[in-house]
Amino acid sequence: MMDWFPLWLSLEVASGATLLSLLLGVWLAWLLVNRNFAGKDILDAMATLPLALPPTVLGYYLLVAIGRSSWIGRAWEAATGTPLVFTWRAAVIASTLHAIPLLIKSSRAALESVDRACERAGRSLGASEWRIFWRVSLPLARRPIAAAAALAFARSMGDFGATLMIAGDIPGRTQTASIAIFDAVESGNTGLANTLVLVISVVTAAIVFLANRLERRRA
Amino acid sequence: MIQANIVKRFAPGADSAGFTLDVSFDAASGVTVLYGASGSGKTLTLDAIAGFVAPDVGRILLEGRILFDAEARVSLRPQDRSCGYVFQNYALFPHMTLRQNLAFAAHQLPRLERHRRIAELLDRFKLTELAGRYPRELSGGQKQRGSIARALIAQPRVLLFDEPGRGLDTALRADLHDVIRDIRNTFPTPMIVVTHDLEECLALADSVLIYDSGKIVHRGSPVELLRNPGTAAVARLLGDFNLYEAEVSTLDPGRQTSRIRMLGQDLKGPHLRGCFKGDRIALCARPEELRIAAKPGDNRIRATTPLRTTERPQSVRVDFGNDLIVDVPREVWSSRPDDLWVEVPAESLRQLSRDAAIAAPKAAERVR
Repeated sequence: MMDWFPLWLSLEVASGATLLSLLLGVWLAWLLVNRNFAGKDILDAMATLPLALPPTVLGYYLLVAIGRSSWIGRAWEAATGTPLVFTWRAAVIASTLHAIPLLIKSSRAALESVDRACERAGRSLGASEWRIFWRVSLPLARRPIAAAAALAFARSMGDFGATLMIAGDIPGRTQTASIAIFDAVESGNTGLANTLVLVISVVTAAIVFLANRLERRRA
Repeated sequence: MIQANIVKRFAPGADSAGFTLDVSFDAASGVTVLYGASGSGKTLTLDAIAGFVAPDVGRILLEGRILFDAEARVSLRPQDRSCGYVFQNYALFPHMTLRQNLAFAAHQLPRLERHRRIAELLDRFKLTELAGRYPRELSGGQKQRGSIARALIAQPRVLLFDEPGRGLDTALRADLHDVIRDIRNTFPTPMIVVTHDLEECLALADSVLIYDSGKIVHRGSPVELLRNPGTAAVARLLGDFNLYEAEVSTLDPGRQTSRIRMLGQDLKGPHLRGCFKGDRIALCARPEELRIAAKPGDNRIRATTPLRTTERPQSVRVDFGNDLIVDVPREVWSSRPDDLWVEVPAESLRQLSRDAAIAAPKAAERVR
């Protein structure tokens, strides 16, 4: 009997990570487009860094940041009673970090492409920034943002290094599909590796196809 | 009533010269037109009033309420300024129908009031049948009216139009002018209209502010401006003026006259201010104020064969060259003698200031 757990876990982790990076990424993109603040350039650079850094380096930083001895790790443990690292939640965090640069960049471009006059019109009509964002900017930018979210989903499903560093490789608990593929190949379980590779490839191809369609219909 | 007194500086960039907007004006009810060439700071003024751009120095008041005051560090958000803005590209929300666009603007009104008001404005601007359409399904004129209706729903205290006639053909533009005049007659809201189209300026304006390179170089009613353009630059912007260079021969302030050397002749001139004997001055005269005559005489210049004649509704415009363009009543022109003189009456000659701008105190000094 085939063990489908890694695949389900990957889908769950990717869903969580997409949702998280969507919320965080669009918000950060909105900040970068609409607000001027100290450290804006630094935030801009930081947003790109996860794309450039080796995943293991990213994972190591995460380990330092949310490990059991860090204050975030301790606060989490005090609040929930369980450590944050080496759980599926840690995998979600790793995948989010992996995927968020894509969302920030695309959302930023999408929000920037919204006609400024429309946003100004909204303001002069008395609408709050919140209302303008939800009723004007976001609807006008939704396609490219949705496309970016789809790609972010694919990307977070594929994270390996950072997830391995921070969530580990615990079968039945934190072993995602990409890690399971590595394990299967290592241990000569070609059948399992083939199945997982095939499923991941089909799912990813479908997502990329969807993302492309979303992008194109914008024009 | 809107009172603005603002300075905004832009440092020169790699591919742009620096620019300074330095203007001060009051706009009462009725239509105030900001007229001038592109890039003279007209739209920037609108954006400063609406709150999209913060001036460096100065103050903007709307009905006595401070919208912006650089010194007191007050700058209301655009949301709180009650300025209706009709954008050049109309800026209707493309993903909403016309009715939804209006409803977006009406959301602060109580529910019943909202529907009544939307229906009323749709009807008023002949848009009721089009209310379910998206902006891409509307013509330019319909979008324009929709945009005006949307701005009015929010009950603004001033209505700002950025180049409203741009991109509309002649008939639609006439409709637009009717709409704007209709608003002027029924809403107490002052309106500020930016345009670089002279016809539009004269058709709409109760008062005109003439912009040149970030400054207001002249102001007044259209009639006053045509009567006395003030500078050669303004006369050129307003078109249709004969512009002259002259030298002062004698000044007679007691009798409010002068003698000037102009077009190679010694002529009686108007009362001249701020100049001395021997000064070179600039003068202008409108074509309809010059006359043709059959005999030589005072202030008459021998006319050569006309370079060109143009039919006008009531007259013939005759261009004798040398900046002697004369509007002659048609029956006078058709029965003209062979030998012609052009009379340039002393009172038709208006002195123009030599500098580009009529000197006005800097806003920075006026603030206190």
